[in-house]
Amino acid sequence: MAKMTTGLVLGLALVATAGCTKKRPPELPPTPAETPVATDGGESSDTVAGRLNEQFKREVTSDTVHFALDQYDIDSEARSILDSQAAWLTAHPEARVTLEGHADERGTREYNLGLGDRRANAAKNYLAARGVSATRITTISYGKERPLALGSDEASWAQNRRAVTIVIN
Amino acid sequence: MRTFKIALAVLATSAGAAHAQVTPPPIGQAQDDQSGGLVVDVEGGMSAPLPILIPAMPTSAVASTPAGSTDELGRKLAQIVDDDLRNTGLFKTVGPGATRAIAYSEVNQPNYAGWSGGQALVQGYVRADGNGGLTIGCYLYDLAAQTELVRQGFRVAPGDWRRAAHKCADAIYTRLTGEGPYFDSQIVYVAEQGPKGKRRKQIAIMDQDGANHRFLTNGQNIVLTPRMSPKQNAIVYMSYEGRRPSIWIYDMSARSNRRLVDNVSQNFAPHFSPDGRNILFSMSVAGNTDIYRIAVSGGSPQRLTNAPGIDTGGSYSPDGNRIVFESDRGGTQQLYVMNADGSNQKRISFGGGRYATPVWSPRGDLIAFTRTGGGAFRIGVMNSGGGGEKLLTSAWGDEGPTWSPNGRVLMFFRAAQGSGRPDLWSVDLTGVNARKIPTPIDGSDPSWGPIRP
Repeated sequence: MAKMTTGLVLGLALVATAGCTKKRPPELPPTPAETPVATDGGESSDTVAGRLNEQFKREVTSDTVHFALDQYDIDSEARSILDSQAAWLTAHPEARVTLEGHADERGTREYNLGLGDRRANAAKNYLAARGVSATRITTISYGKERPLALGSDEASWAQNRRAVTIVIN
Repeated sequence: MRTFKIALAVLATSAGAAHAQVTPPPIGQAQDDQSGGLVVDVEGGMSAPLPILIPAMPTSAVASTPAGSTDELGRKLAQIVDDDLRNTGLFKTVGPGATRAIAYSEVNQPNYAGWSGGQALVQGYVRADGNGGLTIGCYLYDLAAQTELVRQGFRVAPGDWRRAAHKCADAIYTRLTGEGPYFDSQIVYVAEQGPKGKRRKQIAIMDQDGANHRFLTNGQNIVLTPRMSPKQNAIVYMSYEGRRPSIWIYDMSARSNRRLVDNVSQNFAPHFSPDGRNILFSMSVAGNTDIYRIAVSGGSPQRLTNAPGIDTGGSYSPDGNRIVFESDRGGTQQLYVMNADGSNQKRISFGGGRYATPVWSPRGDLIAFTRTGGGAFRIGVMNSGGGGEKLLTSAWGDEGPTWSPNGRVLMFFRAAQGSGRPDLWSVDLTGVNARKIPTPIDGSDPSWGPIRP
């Protein structure tokens, strides 16, 4: 897998083209495709948590609320979780958060991007209604791209239908 | 911008010249008058595939080229024609490994009576041109009628030698089925690997048969739903670069990418218009997702839908006048059609379950979709006005169809339950020829480009 030189990827977002290669490799047929080993600095989504986030996670009921299949309404359990988050954010006015919306794998990819956005915004709107300034909250949807539980069963899907609050500073 | 071309070789037709033994077979129009003769039925042909013989293509003189020696190339070219035709499910091929070698002089003078085990015969030749290029001749014969059905030649740069074989197979397929060509085409898709919870995704491009594979992005950001321009000069896709999920466009000739939709709101699900000038996409504003259109050059997007709900998956009809899309405005995902300006929105799907990812056939008559329900994702087609629904697959997780250039085959991605590891598959409109497409790692979100010029 690592045969290909890392020079091929060099941090460029796009490293090759199709159709108009001016410097076509002299040896053909082409080399078997291998996976470039990119010098990956890590997914930004996984490094977004700020210094305060560990404290936030310790001091609130949960950083995650869950949803029913194809739903985005905030139920009573989610309300109590978000209430604790709102209280913490009120006590820490310097904290800014991002809300990540996620969906389970039983929706199609593009639809789930919309559904994750709905869930993130539902949680954001609840926090705003509890007095947290909306300017402190950003949202991002990951659709079904970042499941937490890896099974293809009801228990896993229930865990994956979620909105996660992350303190980013 | 394309530095290599497939030129239809129109060589002098000097068949009876003095150097008959070594003169390249003439390239011109086939003598066949297109009436009668062999016909392959794309609907019923699977049950009785046409036996077709494909011996190795001889060379006028063995020569070393950047693509290999011409005699080796002759075997490989015949094998590609064999693979292309066999994979349609419509042909029972007898390839270069199972047929006798033919002489160069035999290419355009088939020994009709000497062949058995086939109804059709493909012969061809390969020749190194003095200028570094290759000429490949491609002939199809009806063995029973003893007639020539196809006579074509292609001049290619050595790096494009596989394309000549695909063009040859396309000519044969087109002549025998009456359908348009599709073998000389490319696929862009998402190559993916890694644990289910953190898949590493890269845009990749390859030939229709999986050859000439290469990665276009390095995997640092989540990338989704690449789609090839109808002019093949750009790829539009969605990227999480900078934690701002939005649509990017990659210019094939400039080899540069840029963010196409610059908005704080998430935007995704891009699709080119048939003329390649505009891109449909979806944008989510405060939890509500609508469909917009933006020029490839950028500028202000124009909003096309405004119903509460998730409107996404917009795909143009081939004439560019209408758009099919999915919306959950009525409660669950269903398919709707509207005019290109957003007017006259009408629901067209009424079966059970949910309908998603609609794509309009390049022939205009059908819309392919993902139907979910009963715990499964399946690929199906319906008439462009709704009705006539037919499901083509029955696995656990099939999603995201894309049409072959001739509208006969659909490619999609399939994951087994619990695996989180999709692969690319294709199925034709009869639904009986499902086939896995070879990729170096896992694959999803295929987009089938047009036939190459």
